[in-house]
Amino acid sequence: MTSPVLEVRSLDTTLHTPDGRTLHVLHGIDLSIDAGECLGVVGESGSGKSVLARTVLGVHPRATRATATGQVLLNGEDLLTAAPRRRAELLGTGVAMVHQDPMTSLNPVVRIADQVTESLTNRRRMRRRERLRTAAELLAAVDVPDPARRARAYPHELSGGLRQRVGIAAALAGSPALLLADEPTTALDVTVQRTVLDLLDRHRGTRGLATLLITHDIGLLYGRARRIAVMYGGRIVETGPTEAVTEAPAHPYTAALLRSVPRVTGPLRRVLPAVAGSPPDLSRPAVGCPFAPRCERAEAVCSTEAPPLHRAGDGHTAACHFPLTLPIGPASASVSKAQETV
Amino acid sequence: MTPAKPPVVPTPEPCPVVLRATGLSVVHRTRSGPLHAVSEVDLTLRERRTLALVGESGSGKSSIAKALLRLPPPTAGTVTVDGTDLAALSPRALRALRPRLQMVFQDPVSSLNPRRTVRDLVAEALDAHPDPAVDRAAVVERQLEAVGLPLALFGDRRPAQLSGGQAQRVAIARALAAEPRVLIADEAVSALDVSAQATVLNLLRRLTEERGLASLFISHDLGVVRAVSDDVAVLQLGRLCEQGPTEEVLAAPAHPYTAALLAAVPEPGRPLGDTGLLPADPPSPLDPPSGCRFRTRCPFADERCAREVPELREVAPGRTVACHRPLLPVAAAQDSAVAQDGAAAQDSKVSGRPSR
Repeated sequence: MTSPVLEVRSLDTTLHTPDGRTLHVLHGIDLSIDAGECLGVVGESGSGKSVLARTVLGVHPRATRATATGQVLLNGEDLLTAAPRRRAELLGTGVAMVHQDPMTSLNPVVRIADQVTESLTNRRRMRRRERLRTAAELLAAVDVPDPARRARAYPHELSGGLRQRVGIAAALAGSPALLLADEPTTALDVTVQRTVLDLLDRHRGTRGLATLLITHDIGLLYGRARRIAVMYGGRIVETGPTEAVTEAPAHPYTAALLRSVPRVTGPLRRVLPAVAGSPPDLSRPAVGCPFAPRCERAEAVCSTEAPPLHRAGDGHTAACHFPLTLPIGPASASVSKAQETV
Repeated sequence: MTPAKPPVVPTPEPCPVVLRATGLSVVHRTRSGPLHAVSEVDLTLRERRTLALVGESGSGKSSIAKALLRLPPPTAGTVTVDGTDLAALSPRALRALRPRLQMVFQDPVSSLNPRRTVRDLVAEALDAHPDPAVDRAAVVERQLEAVGLPLALFGDRRPAQLSGGQAQRVAIARALAAEPRVLIADEAVSALDVSAQATVLNLLRRLTEERGLASLFISHDLGVVRAVSDDVAVLQLGRLCEQGPTEEVLAAPAHPYTAALLAAVPEPGRPLGDTGLLPADPPSPLDPPSGCRFRTRCPFADERCAREVPELREVAPGRTVACHRPLLPVAAAQDSAVAQDGAAAQDSKVSGRPSR
């Protein structure tokens, strides 16, 4: 068996904000992504899903200090303990990120060609004509029509969908092993979203790219991510194969999330079941299950004791005292083994 | 959890018309020449009903919303509210009427003044209340209660202390404070998490029915549109391409563009359908294609589509479509020649239609 491209073990991240608060954002995150695989991370705002991507990259908002413990292994090398120079080298050649808003992630006063080729190591040796040609090739690979002309353009001259494709071209230029995509299509129309996600899928397949796809829209992962990790209050509360998690969720939060998705198929619902209450306050130390205050199945134990890991199926686990599905084969596989395959 | 409410019984037709737009056109003057943002659009908003306006960016959704409020006035066409033509009103009369037309925007936090408390934000909207002697404190409490934000808990908070969903509910309470007739929600839930989105959608639907509002809900997400609206109008580059009752349109779209939008919606448990769209980007509204504006992306387009602009034709009672080769046969009585043409086109196309 090949080793995963990204493996995160017992990752805890604490952020110290400029206004003096301490936020315990991530708790005991375990996950791994193989080459050519897409792992979907789904959660509401404040669930910690973006901090997860930022911790992998080691970048946090200005003036925010972060402490991360645990391991973040990129092809077996720990990014958290690597020397700064080695870390920069590993990240620079191995990891790329696609951001939510392509308008703000691109520099408005730099031509597309220069931004797309920025991560190429031999860029400095390239002549202008060669750089334009390389940029056009990279743009053509992400289905940008008329790539030679677009390479000379500035970001404001392109539509939102084209800009996001430029963002993807820039991310793919350095042939990374791991792609972090944080809400890559949230700002786009459904039809454009479709083509952009199809594009990511295609490159994942042809280049064997490991992809971490972060979104708040669980529907978007269906048919794309092989596995899903559902985050709530800085923890992965449920994880498993996409079909298993969306068809038979074990955690009440996942079930509530799925119920509140407005659908175009199925019976018409005039009142959507919303999850009452708000996400947990991350400045307080977490005791018990983070979802307990909003959970319809919660009992006293939920707010005092950390929930055990419930094994709902093959590679499908949920951290819950009162899960919605029956456990399978209690002795057939140890819990820690199941957790490691997250 | 929200308690399960009994299903809302559909209001018997027809509800009284509140707002009617006829032949609405908006042309923006740009450095690159005239931009036809909206072309000859007819819309009707009825009391206690929600009309959803669907389309991609650049389709003219927001231009229509602004034109209805005369911000700025449309280039052509008329807008009447309760029978009064807005263009015929004096500036003073228009100013008096404006608070009856309220709008809720996409980004709730940036649409609220960050320095004011929730209580002040809602009270401020009462400056536009029809009765100047209204008991302001009582109305503020009642409006906040109606959107599920108790005054005691939220009255002294500022926008930064609210979640996106809560801020949007404050924006709705503000809009309601002036006792509007018409509520326009422009992508009001696009920036929210699914859970907050469900709360706001339920709220908009309930308030429209309880307060007899005529609502216009602008969105690009058909799943959301289905949950909130009675009728839907699909816009494509500033022209209406399909219109009808939401459930009927989504069950069997007549326009290939509606079908593509529907197929593109990601949904858990639903295999990714084929949108059937040709791999072309949406054309620029500055330089729309000749004839049918959808033809460059349409899988069924032929030379007639490049030549003639399709007119809206009836395909079923209350349903119209502007397409030379619709996915549903055009009603025979309306235009026999066209219907024959349509039927012939129908046969040749069945096999090529995206399966759903």
